[in-house]
Amino acid sequence: MSGLDDLYQQIILDHAKARHGEGALDAESAHAERFERNPTCGDEVRLRITIDGADVDRVGWEGQGCSISQASASILGQDVPGLTRAAAQDRVDAMRRMLRTRGEHDEADLELLGDASAFEGVAKFPMRVKCAMLPWVALEDTLRQVTARD
Amino acid sequence: MQHQTIAPEALDRIRGDFPELAEEVQGHPLAYLDTGATALRPTPVLDVERSFGETRTAAVHRGAHTLAALATVAYEDARERIAAFVGADADEVSWTQNATDALNMVSLSLARAQRSPHESLVDLGPGDVIVTTEAEHHANLLPWQDLAAATGATLRVIPVDDDGVWTADDARAVIDERTRVVAFAHVGNVTGLVAPVAEIVEAARAVGALTVLDACQSAPHMPLDLHMLGVDAAAFSSHKMLGPGGVGVLYLRRELGLALPPARTGGSMITTVTLEGAEWMPPPQRFEAGTQAVTQVVGLAAAVDYLDAVGLEAIAAHEVALGARLAEGLATIDGIRLIGPAAGRDRVGLASIVVDGVHAHDVGQVLDAQGIAARVGHHCAQPLHRRLGVAATTRASTYLYTTEAEVDRFLDAVSGVRAYFGVGR
Repeated sequence: MSGLDDLYQQIILDHAKARHGEGALDAESAHAERFERNPTCGDEVRLRITIDGADVDRVGWEGQGCSISQASASILGQDVPGLTRAAAQDRVDAMRRMLRTRGEHDEADLELLGDASAFEGVAKFPMRVKCAMLPWVALEDTLRQVTARD
Repeated sequence: MQHQTIAPEALDRIRGDFPELAEEVQGHPLAYLDTGATALRPTPVLDVERSFGETRTAAVHRGAHTLAALATVAYEDARERIAAFVGADADEVSWTQNATDALNMVSLSLARAQRSPHESLVDLGPGDVIVTTEAEHHANLLPWQDLAAATGATLRVIPVDDDGVWTADDARAVIDERTRVVAFAHVGNVTGLVAPVAEIVEAARAVGALTVLDACQSAPHMPLDLHMLGVDAAAFSSHKMLGPGGVGVLYLRRELGLALPPARTGGSMITTVTLEGAEWMPPPQRFEAGTQAVTQVVGLAAAVDYLDAVGLEAIAAHEVALGARLAEGLATIDGIRLIGPAAGRDRVGLASIVVDGVHAHDVGQVLDAQGIAARVGHHCAQPLHRRLGVAATTRASTYLYTTEAEVDRFLDAVSGVRAYFGVGR
């Protein structure tokens, strides 16, 4: 099952269990919140952030779904707090680029993405790209919300 | 009692007719266990579609030229064959896009009938009740939500138990003297449960309610006699029964068809049109505004011929055996929850499962890596999944071309899923 192992790298399976950032931020404390859902398979992520000036301060999420979507939320919860808002948006863009290329990889993006670079194999499984992107799409929306209020 | 099934040599011959079954997926022979979503098409059906396109392309029921006449004959002959296949008369069978469209047509026609109640068999208004079940496909739920909203009637559901199962007693507890429509699936698309049709029809008739049968998962798989069942309306789709996509069947019992107005109006469904109004054709043309999917209708007739040649009794027996093998095999695997009737109870060749600790999407991915095509998700039955407390399930569904070896491959792959994701150790 080598193709399968490209998709489910150990770091993804580990994050699917670790669930960093799950329940870390309640609705009252959050500065922005976004619920994203993948209607075809029922993946759900409710993502919340707080900001501190130009930075994303804290990230919390709740959700259910496949290991790809949940691991992706865990990696986001681990890596995004403390980034500048611009850097967080860069991660979203890099994720999107990585998942939409089919096999051509961009070293700079992979380096930037850290643990999230493990999702590179998802690009070969078009049905799963939405799962991996789900929490990042939610993050992008929360960043847009706080920018609109600046 | 007859125990006729599909003999091994016949099964080999049947499988030779389905080009996809010779394909490899992910380096494995394809095990196609997703007929519940769409059936594969055999070469004889594909040949008829192509040949019709090459020799009979013309508008039906219009024009006087030879080609148009030949096309019309083939089209109406198809109607006769498909009506006979489900125990109906040809004038009771109208074409739709698919079963979803057919169920919407019933709902929309009933809504329209309320605007000219003198013609209606069914008056629907505040205080009246439309009944469906908690296990329905969205296609047999949303049209009734719409009809309730349009008429002021109340939509009530027959509840299911923790396995997704409902009984005639559950139905009788919901159907009351204000019930005007009872809509339910003959075979549950998630549960594989066979509905107690006779008892529901009896309960509905006793209060003067119409019965609407979603026959999507029954018409392809078992002998069906709509007159004997006594339902007022039924719907099924060509693409689930070896036919092409794009055409479905709406059955309306003759009296109901004559009483109902059309949901859609336009060409080919009228007798007289003035600038102010129109008189409609009788059924079935009344419900077929505009040019229909003629090639697909003829293809569906070829599919029905193919099914008849194998025999629906034999197909049903073959699939019941496969369904039992699925249910019994799944019962022996740790961490598997089987939805629907438990192993040992009646079920068709369909089984939906929850793998404890692993999302259905991940289960489907592991199956696909072994060449096994199964369906994952909520199968267009979100209320049922919510009732069962799960977001999604994994469904294997069989057909006349499915082998025991394919079922065993599914069972074997499922038994390895939790270990792959490091669950349950």
